[in-house]
Amino acid sequence: MDWQRLLVSYFVGFVLLNVLLGLMAYMTWFERRVLARMQHRVGPNRTGPFGLLQPIADGIKLLAKEDIVPANADRLVFLVAPLLSFALAPLGAAVIPFGESLHLFGLEIPLLVADINVAVLYVLALGSIGVYGIILGGYASGNRYSLLGALRSTAQVISYELVLGLSLVGVFILAGSFSLQDILREQQRVLVIGPLTLPNWYILSQPLAFALFLIAAVAETNRAPFDLPEAETELVAGYFTEYSGFRFSFYFLAEYINMIVVSLLAGTLFVGGIDGPFADGVWWLALKALFFLFFYVWLRATLPRFRYDQLMGLAWKVLLPLALLNIGLTGLVRLWGIGAL
Amino acid sequence: MIDFSQSTPVILSEVRQLTPTRRELVLNMGPQHPSTHGVLRIRLTLEGETVIACDPVIGYLHRGVEKLGESHRYAQFVPWTDRTDYVAAPSNNLGYVLAVEKLCGIQAPERAQYWRMIMAELTRLASHLVWLGTHALDIGALSVSLYTFRDRELILDIFEKFCGARLTTNMMEIGGFSREIPPELPEMVREFCRYFPKAIQQYEDLLTENPIWLARTKGVGIIEPDVAINYGLTGACLRGSGVNYDVRKAMPYLLYDRVEFDVPLGTHGDVYDRYLVRIEEMRQSIRIIEQCLEQVPTDGPLMAYESQYVIPPHKNVMTTAEDMQRHFIWVIKGFSPPKGEVYHAVEHSKGELGYYIVSDGSPIPYRLRIRSPDFVNLQSLPYMAQGAMLADIVALIGTIDIVLGSVDR
Repeated sequence: MDWQRLLVSYFVGFVLLNVLLGLMAYMTWFERRVLARMQHRVGPNRTGPFGLLQPIADGIKLLAKEDIVPANADRLVFLVAPLLSFALAPLGAAVIPFGESLHLFGLEIPLLVADINVAVLYVLALGSIGVYGIILGGYASGNRYSLLGALRSTAQVISYELVLGLSLVGVFILAGSFSLQDILREQQRVLVIGPLTLPNWYILSQPLAFALFLIAAVAETNRAPFDLPEAETELVAGYFTEYSGFRFSFYFLAEYINMIVVSLLAGTLFVGGIDGPFADGVWWLALKALFFLFFYVWLRATLPRFRYDQLMGLAWKVLLPLALLNIGLTGLVRLWGIGAL
Repeated sequence: MIDFSQSTPVILSEVRQLTPTRRELVLNMGPQHPSTHGVLRIRLTLEGETVIACDPVIGYLHRGVEKLGESHRYAQFVPWTDRTDYVAAPSNNLGYVLAVEKLCGIQAPERAQYWRMIMAELTRLASHLVWLGTHALDIGALSVSLYTFRDRELILDIFEKFCGARLTTNMMEIGGFSREIPPELPEMVREFCRYFPKAIQQYEDLLTENPIWLARTKGVGIIEPDVAINYGLTGACLRGSGVNYDVRKAMPYLLYDRVEFDVPLGTHGDVYDRYLVRIEEMRQSIRIIEQCLEQVPTDGPLMAYESQYVIPPHKNVMTTAEDMQRHFIWVIKGFSPPKGEVYHAVEHSKGELGYYIVSDGSPIPYRLRIRSPDFVNLQSLPYMAQGAMLADIVALIGTIDIVLGSVDR
């Protein structure tokens, strides 16, 4: 019954995409409210109760704006680049398992869109392609600030992608699989060390990898303190300086969706995803992802911005050697079977 | 004091080099840009992210304030001084009225002098808070700016209570203050002095030992002491390089010789040292304000009414014919100070603010010149920007602490 599975997959994907877009809209609200609280402000509170309608108002406003193309922009590339960024962003969520299969109307509905056996590689690959949207948009704008933003972004994403990928290798070695479902299943086991009973979450066995992943993920999504490509006090708005209206909102959407996807990924890879006390379920994953999203906002409220050379130095001189060290250590532990984790 | 004979000259032609080659990119930063603190324009020549040359272009906020001073009567010019450095209006007022008082040979009563000191130090705090907030914002620390503006509100409330205005205060008058101090004001200032050290600690917690802040500011924009002197830098830009020059100590005005305070000095002359110097200056300002509040007499005149150059008291204008006539002349024609020229400098929050007035004996100054500290300090930007990264430029603009109204005048 292949067509049936395909149909179910489409359906799950459709639901997931809509949930993600809704979440993304409310992520902007969440960020603005939390940031405001941290900064002795109120935040949006006029549109609807607690400003809950603000994302909708913003969306309508952005869609109603004029779509301006600068005279010396490369028209075709300029118009297509934000679509590229936006279209690729939600695809990463397709491989994240949201729970065990659901049985409805005699159908088995898996709570993930696609169970790929190289799921994590797929997500990393998406990130690599996603940066094309930024680079092309920056180059095509015909603006020097955009160009500089795009250059920074290129260098940054290439460097941190490496760290991101390598930080996950330790997890792969322990789980023995690239598939997120397998990694999740491994983490659902219980670890007994003496009197302690711990979940087999990889944050415990791979703390260094977790820290590296978190740092690289923030850099990968161009967020503070690594928000150099769009550093507004230096580059006005970086690569999307010339964008307005809904094309601007596409970049904006892509950034927030990327944040959500990375948070879901971090939740799944390191803290057990849907695994949790009392009852396993998607709420645990949501809670963990929410914590990571809060962490993003928290960072933005607290830290100054890195300088370009410091950012690259951090990636190549500090994070990359640490990631390699982590791989080496994990490999040795695995080889000698210490603790038989 | 400073030994000027020891310093070596800086050759400006070596600093400025503005011919872009093929590998270089000319980036026009400003006058509309989020971090040029108003309408500063900078022409940057970049190679990658490295700055090859940096050429500040000023004049976008030029309103001819000096020329206005030469066409207005002495007392009429005080509101114009508000609008030069608009984040530190009372200090500008103070520099101007002290220069005019020096020209006329008037001295404000003791009580007025203490209150002038309190207001000048509060202004320094308000101005430093704007500086800290925008400087941190430029480097990416978002929240600090909101905290500093929150605390600046308290100072502006004090200003409002004192004179009715918050930003362009027009607070000082030639001869002192013509209105009584509101009775609740001393307690407001005391309350603020109790609260503010905690706020400074909060900013320091966020920045002083933050590794990213250190990486962004340490070793960036170094000015050696002799270079600083050659550029004529004053204020924290000079003291950050370790040169001990503070107008309040070097040429005491008002009653600064009666209060105890330290002049913080830097050692490396980089952005971080200037940051530390300004943070410490805020603590010292609190110290000065507290001493002033202790020493200030609760009663006594606020205006040097005995002088013929000063506006007659409001009450007498309505009751005595003499004062009414004098008031009429003072308002319609203005007072005519003696012939001569004066220069009076005050330690403004940004450095030495000097007013140079040439009087030909008429009610209008023959020449009025404002030595604004940030105009002079801004000259050091190309020097500091040599070999810096693009991101450093915003840190350097922030560290000079410019207000374009004062630079362009």
